[in-house]
Order: sequence, then C-alpha cells, then structure tokens
Amino acid sequence: MTFWEMFYKNKLALAGLGMVLLLFVVSLLAPLLAPYDPGAIDLKNVLAPPSADHWFGTDQLGRDVLSRMIWGARISLKVGFIATGLAILIGTVLGAVAGYYGGWIDSAVMRFVDIMLCFPTFFLILAVIAFLEPSIWNIMIVIGLTGWMGVTRLVRADFISLRERDFVRAARAIGAGDARIIFIHILPNALASILVAATLGVAGAILTESALSFLGIGVQPPTPSWGNILTAGKDNIDIAWWLSLYPGLAILLTVVGYNLLGEGIRDASDPRLKK
Amino acid sequence: MLQYTIKRMLMMIPMLIGISLICFFVMRLAPGSPTDLQTQMNPKASAEMRERLMSLYELDKPIPVQYVSWLKKIVRGDLGRSFSSDHRLVADKILERIPVTITINLLSLIIIVLVAVPIGVLSAVHQDSWFDKITAVLVFIGFAMPTFWLALLLMIFFGIHLGWLPISGLRSLNYEYLTTQAQLLDLARHLVLPVFISAFGGLAGLSRYMRANMLEVIRQDYILTARAKGLSERQVIFKHALRNALLPAITILGLSIPGLIGGSVIFETIFAIPGMGQLFYMSVMARDYPTVMGILLIGAVLTLLGNLIADVSYAVADPRIRIS
Repeated sequence: MTFWEMFYKNKLALAGLGMVLLLFVVSLLAPLLAPYDPGAIDLKNVLAPPSADHWFGTDQLGRDVLSRMIWGARISLKVGFIATGLAILIGTVLGAVAGYYGGWIDSAVMRFVDIMLCFPTFFLILAVIAFLEPSIWNIMIVIGLTGWMGVTRLVRADFISLRERDFVRAARAIGAGDARIIFIHILPNALASILVAATLGVAGAILTESALSFLGIGVQPPTPSWGNILTAGKDNIDIAWWLSLYPGLAILLTVVGYNLLGEGIRDASDPRLKK
Repeated sequence: MLQYTIKRMLMMIPMLIGISLICFFVMRLAPGSPTDLQTQMNPKASAEMRERLMSLYELDKPIPVQYVSWLKKIVRGDLGRSFSSDHRLVADKILERIPVTITINLLSLIIIVLVAVPIGVLSAVHQDSWFDKITAVLVFIGFAMPTFWLALLLMIFFGIHLGWLPISGLRSLNYEYLTTQAQLLDLARHLVLPVFISAFGGLAGLSRYMRANMLEVIRQDYILTARAKGLSERQVIFKHALRNALLPAITILGLSIPGLIGGSVIFETIFAIPGMGQLFYMSVMARDYPTVMGILLIGAVLTLLGNLIADVSYAVADPRIRIS
C-alpha cells in the first residue's frame, strides 16, 4: 500500500487534516469571515454574553470575541509555523551533521542537546524574554531556539542507520561530496520523520505561544491572540465564562488536529504497519 | 552500586559547566550591552541603575574574565542582589520559595504514579476494551490540553459555580485562628486544584507509556512460563509483569521533572501560590535580572539532580544497569 492509501484509510488522520485545513482557510479569509472589526471598541456593550449579534459574546472593551478569535487564528498559525520551521532547520542540520560524521562532532552535538534538555523549556523561554522585548517575532524565535533538541535526536538516529547503506557508498564512489550526500542522498530518506516532528511541533508551539500570551509575555494587546483573550477571561472569571471557554476550546481543537495529523503521517509512513 | 553513583555524579560536572555557559550566554543575549538595553527600555533608568548593572556584569572586562568571575560567585552560592525594591539576596529569595514548589511537584509525581500506572496496566490487560478506548481518547485530549485553560475551567466550576474549593493562595484569611487539624485541611483544600493541574500533563504521558510497556512485557516468554506454571492471572499480571513494566517508568518520571518545574510558573501564577515559579514570573515582569538568572540556574540544577536520583534508583532496582 502506498503512503496515500494508508493515510486515506485512517479516518482520525483525515479528521486531523480537515481541522488543520479549516484553520488555514479561517486564517486566510479572516477579514471576510470576521463579523466585526476585531479592534472595534463598544463601551455600551461591555462583557455581553453570547447572543445572536455576538455569537461568542464581547470582552471587557465590548469587542466581538468571535472576530478576535478568527484573527487570533492567524497569529497562532504564524507563530506555530515560523517557530517550528526554525526548530526543524536547526535540528535537521545539527542532527544530520552529528549522525553523518559521528566521532567527536557527534559527541559534542549530543552533549549540547543533553545540556539544553536540563533547562525547563518554559524557564529558558521566559528568561530570554525578560532580556528581550515580548513581541510576536521574539516569541517565535525563542520558541524555535528552545525546541530543536528532539528533532536533532530523531534526524541523527535516521542518519546513523542510513549512512552505511549501499546507496550512500555508491554516491561516495562516484565522488559526491559530503554536503551532496547529506542533503541530496540521505536527507530525503529522513523526510517522513521530520514531517511528523514538524506537525507535532506546530501543535507544541501553538500551546506554548498561548501560555505565554495568557501570562502577558507573549503576543501583546491589542493584537488578538487566543492566549490573551483568556487573560481577560481570568480577570473576569466570575462574570464572563464565555471569555474563558471559547478561546481555550479553539486551542484544544487546533492542537488535537495537528496531533491527529502528525500521528496519521507517522502511521502511514511506518513500513512495519504496511500489510 | 557506590561506584556507579560516584561515576554518575562525576558525569554531572561537565553538564554543570555547560549549564553555566548557557546561562551566561542568555545573560549576554541582550542586543548591545545590558546597560544600553536597560536605558532603552526604561527611560527612567537612573545612573545608579546603570552602575549596578555595570558592576553586576563587569562589563568593562573581557568576556572570558566576566564568565570566570561570575562562575566563582555562583560556586560560592552568591547569586547577587535582587533589583526589586527589597534589595535582598537572590539566593535567600529563592531558597524560601523552593519548598512550596518542590512539595507541589512531589505531590504531583505521587498522583501521577498512583493514577497513571493502574490506568496503563488495566488498558493493556484489557486491550481494545471499552475502558481501553475511553482512556485512549482521554490521554489524547490530555496531550492537547492547554493546562492553564483547564485551570481556568476548574476554577470556574469548582471554585465559583459550586464553591467547593478556594481558587487562590495557600491559606484562608482565618488560617491563624484555626486548630492544627483545620489548618491542615485548609492547606489541603488549597492544594487540590494546583496539584491536579501540575500532575495533569504527566498523567497522559505516563499512562500511555505504561500501556505500551505492559503490552510489550505480557508477550514475553517468562509470562508464558508463569501462566504455564498455573499461576493465577492476578499473580501473573501484578507480580511478574508489573515489576518489569514499572522499571523503565522510573526514567519517564525523571524526564518529566523539567516539565513539572517549568509548569510551576503557570499554575503558581494562576493560583497565586508563593513558590519559585511565581517569583520567576514576577521577576521576568519586573526585569529583575539577577533573580531571573538565579532561578534559571536553579531550575536546571534541580532537573539535573532529579535525573541523577532517577538514574540511581533505576540502578538500584535493575542490576543490569550497574554492570554495563
């Protein structure tokens, strides 16, 4: 069975793909889909519960929560993709070099990974943000810079198992250089596991961004993000449950979607599961 | 055994040096010099503030010299003085808050083991049963759940809607007038939600791991032998299989330590618990750099110690580790 046949038979993975695609569409069409301007303040309509006019209610400044969530989807997606892209880039290069060359280069890279893993990730991110300004770009970079260790281990393991294969020897025999062997010959064989790590990584980055924004050190108001709508939810916890419920549900469903998709890709690309 | 422990402890030295280098790097990460940054961000930064930063980082000296003198201070336990208005020693500020954080983290670890192990074992033994399917869904949701959101929902439901549990702090206002027994009960009521939230992430991970491990173990030959001997299913599962499936779980618990410590920032901030995580959050917000650096360092050292304890207890439990 091919990858697509395997993937197509997995209903949960298809559901995950559907959720991820839906999120893409919502982000792309945010200006068309949002019923109100996400920044429009309406002081006569503060903390209004969900109604026909405002499906998800309004926040402490009378802004429409649904519109802010639709624009917030853009932020989540942007942070998820750029942060994960950075982590995958660093992890792939370090893992490929460590796995391909072995020896002291491998030891040095892996010790570096071990040391980075000693830091509670959330501590490291917060410490760096204390020194920089909390802006969306800094958040993306910091999440990326602290999230590459798992990818490095994965890519390294793939490279170690691939580097002695016949096709690599053949490439070397015809005089291919190291860079060519690493990127043109071996890397394509490791793409499946990198893709899985990237999909699960987007989910993780979205979770981290929302936690940071919730604590007030992530995406800064007035830019809407799911995390900072929840901050307002906490401030009005006894009077406005809708501010706490819907953005969290959006985060949960998004992360579930990416996790289902990631596990679906993993199962479909696992040769042991092919019958 | 002693030899293994000593060897394992010596391996920590290069790790500690690496940790100190990364901390030092984070400190130097600020664009330009830290004093420039301070003035850029805070137009009210006084000359005195700049001087304090200057002497803290010894910016007039070359970088390796800065690192060595910083390291010397750290080794002596000198983490500097806080920039906050109390000007206290950072080491003191952190030390008085560590017990709360470690207590909550240990309670969470206990909850994780007590709940996740039976769930994992039961779903492996009754593979593909309704119980197995329902826990699989719950575990999947557990992995995707933003814990701070779950904390909000539980606060709304149990704290505000039902009014069963307090939603902030560790003690009620009338704590001092209560009997010892009532004080303990009060403390326990305040701890229910924070401990549950802190344990939540680990629960999903360990129960999924225990299930996979148990499935692997019950297919081994020695389980077949135990059954062939005519032992009851109970004895086979709990005496022969569980012991072998539990061993690798020690490593997983060790690996969950950085997550627990990191998570303390979130739940201590939400529930207003005076621990290390809350201090860290307040220091980040106030740009109290010495305290931020101190907690970053201590967090990494605590993780390292946790991993050491996990590795040594694994070696105690499994003789094969000691030999290799």
